[in-house]
Amino acid sequence: MTATLPATRHQFFSLARVGAIASNTLLELVRLKVFYFLLIFALLLIGSSAFFAKLSFQEQFQMLKNFALGAMSIFTWLLAVLATAMMLPKDIEDRTLYTILAKPVPRFEYLLGKLLGVLALLFVALSFMCVMFVIVLYAREQSGIADAVRENPPAQVAAAIEQVKAATFTTSLIPCIVVIYLKAALCAALTLLLSTFATSSIFTIMVAVVVYLIGHVQPIAREYWLASASVGAPTKIFLALISLVFPDLTAFDLVDDILVGNIIAFGLFMKTVALGVTYIAVYFLAGYFMFSAKEL
Amino acid sequence: MRRRLVMVCVALLGFGAAKLPFERGLEAQHRAAFFHGARLDLSLWERIGQMGFLAALSGFRAVVADGLYIDAHVAWEHTEWGRVKLDFDAVTALQPRCVLFWDQAAWHMAYNASAAALLNPKQPREALRIKAQREYWKLGEDYLLRGIANNPERPLLYDRLGFLYREKFQDHCKAARAYAECARLPKAPQYAHRFHAYELAQCPGHEREAYELLRSLYRRGEDERLPTLLRWLDYLQEKLSIPPDQRDYIPPRATP
Repeated sequence: MTATLPATRHQFFSLARVGAIASNTLLELVRLKVFYFLLIFALLLIGSSAFFAKLSFQEQFQMLKNFALGAMSIFTWLLAVLATAMMLPKDIEDRTLYTILAKPVPRFEYLLGKLLGVLALLFVALSFMCVMFVIVLYAREQSGIADAVRENPPAQVAAAIEQVKAATFTTSLIPCIVVIYLKAALCAALTLLLSTFATSSIFTIMVAVVVYLIGHVQPIAREYWLASASVGAPTKIFLALISLVFPDLTAFDLVDDILVGNIIAFGLFMKTVALGVTYIAVYFLAGYFMFSAKEL
Repeated sequence: MRRRLVMVCVALLGFGAAKLPFERGLEAQHRAAFFHGARLDLSLWERIGQMGFLAALSGFRAVVADGLYIDAHVAWEHTEWGRVKLDFDAVTALQPRCVLFWDQAAWHMAYNASAAALLNPKQPREALRIKAQREYWKLGEDYLLRGIANNPERPLLYDRLGFLYREKFQDHCKAARAYAECARLPKAPQYAHRFHAYELAQCPGHEREAYELLRSLYRRGEDERLPTLLRWLDYLQEKLSIPPDQRDYIPPRATP
């Protein structure tokens, strides 16, 4: 009697496979102890919070938010670039890549799983930073309220407490954090694209940093290219290349202005998010196009 | 692989061309909503150095501005007014939408530095000390005016400007205009419309207008009938020779 295995159809695209690769990627990155940077973040946050003690409470909260969100922005960007740049070379070095691709796993799923793993890592890291930030901000708020109660006559205490509360937790912090995540995710997708044809992690990291810097001057180049008629043809071509090839990262530099009271309309915020998601999708697809033909 | 790389570059160029109008439109909308207002030019580069400029350019303007603000605070403690001004010039250039920075810059110049200039023991000539004091008032005014130009929809700086004109320049007409602007904005302090009327009452040629304004405030009810308002109303009723039957009742008090 011969037993036959049940016939299973191989799915062209499987979310389960992508999920498995993403979760393994996240696990690998966690094992690399990347979360140690959170300690630095915590020290920076608590240290700066203590340093601001001599300023007025409006100044303290303003600076605490600026420092915390600035640090979140730097750390998530660094994490995005470094984790993504090392991912493919490490898989090749460990020969994990061959083991996975020898199975019926399309390269598209492998790359998508890797990107989603990094995005999950960024999400976890940013969530941890947010929790720390909320704890420190809450502690400062309580100390601000205690000062307000102590320093104001009873008739003005309620108004003073209201002022302290208005200066700490505001709903505008949410779009700030979303934009920080989006920018880091964009940088991760871009780094993934670079790592599909780069020969080393160092090269990928260097180019990712340069692209990040150029991305912040891209709008200047773009406006100069489109508005200036007096520049020569070589300059025009150079500016056009910068404007067209590089992403406009200033579109995501909204945090500094939101923190000082700028209100971003929901529609405008969603347009910014849409631009970020489009960039991520385009860079990922370009990365896949490169990776699908890569000789392994 | 090289062929694919060229194809990716061409595709990115195509994507770049497709996204160009959207990006420009988005930037215009961001600017209309008061985003990206910082002036990152060469003069700022000279002031904050290469690393600071690079950090500001890379999206960390707020952190650089905060560092400079703390430096300005230290300079203020050491009464180094030149350094305070240079730091605040950089801070406000980096964060033009932060009214706190404009307010503090103006306060340091118009109140602290001006007082220090007037009491400067190294300057024996009083006329020069007074001149220096007035120059610092002008610097404070300049910060407030530039701050208002960058934050036209926020009442705080108009309020501060009105106070500066009233207390330092003793220019009640300008103070009245500043308080009037402040009062018409949302979230303006409740006293702004009253202060507008008080300052207008002291602006030559605007007594009738001030009287009408004070009267309208008086008729809003008991909450507005504060001692200062009653005194100015009483004073203007006398000055404008309002007929007794048209006058509002003012409890007997001294005129201002």
